[in-house]
Amino acid sequence: MKNAIRISCNRSNLKVVRDFVSGYLVGYGQNAVQVNQIILAIDEVVANLIIHANGEDANQFLDIKLDVHNKTFTIELRDQGISYSPSTYLEPDLLEHIRTGKKGGVGMTLVNRIMDRVEFSHSGTYNICRLYKTLT
Amino acid sequence: MKITQQTSENTLTLTLDGELDASSSVLLDTELSQPDILNNKKVLIDCQRLNYISSAGLGVFISHLQRFQDAGVKLAFYNMQEKVHNVFEILGLDSLMTIVPSQAEAVAL
Repeated sequence: MKNAIRISCNRSNLKVVRDFVSGYLVGYGQNAVQVNQIILAIDEVVANLIIHANGEDANQFLDIKLDVHNKTFTIELRDQGISYSPSTYLEPDLLEHIRTGKKGGVGMTLVNRIMDRVEFSHSGTYNICRLYKTLT
Repeated sequence: MKITQQTSENTLTLTLDGELDASSSVLLDTELSQPDILNNKKVLIDCQRLNYISSAGLGVFISHLQRFQDAGVKLAFYNMQEKVHNVFEILGLDSLMTIVPSQAEAVAL
């Protein structure tokens, strides 16, 4: 089964990644809610990398690799955009978001609440994000 | 994402068909930003064919909620698939927004 994909940094590729992950997870016994959560977490990170790290520059690319080992689903994302610093993350105050009409700022909250572990690192010129989820 | 509108008795119903992500949510934002949308007493969102929502889609609803409340417009969702409702639950938005099972309950609000 195909376990890796390269996309250019264009929002239209979000759907391509979701379909890729969905296809990969078939056969791992996850229900619709569980599959949707994993797809959502990956979609949120990919959207951040496309829009914020790479400024929607279609000449930039993301490499996404999926793996399941001992029931742990691992997603690795590599790009060469602006690095994300998880230390800047703040838990959102949703009432404040509603009051001020704020649109963004809840994507990483979804990722952190869905995945078991989220790691950001560097290797040479590459940023690497790894997401881990135990499949039940 | 396909959005269709239906208006009757001061109620605007938006039927969402497809996936709301960082790409398609711009279309929804445009619909909800129309000034005359505040002339309605209710804006109902039919989610039966909404197959996916990301933070970008949620953010559009979050960003308009106060504006609707200030204008006395009720915003409510109905016919939501379990996997979509679960995304609202993860953030606790299910307790901050009005989500009802059926169209009949949404109309009766």
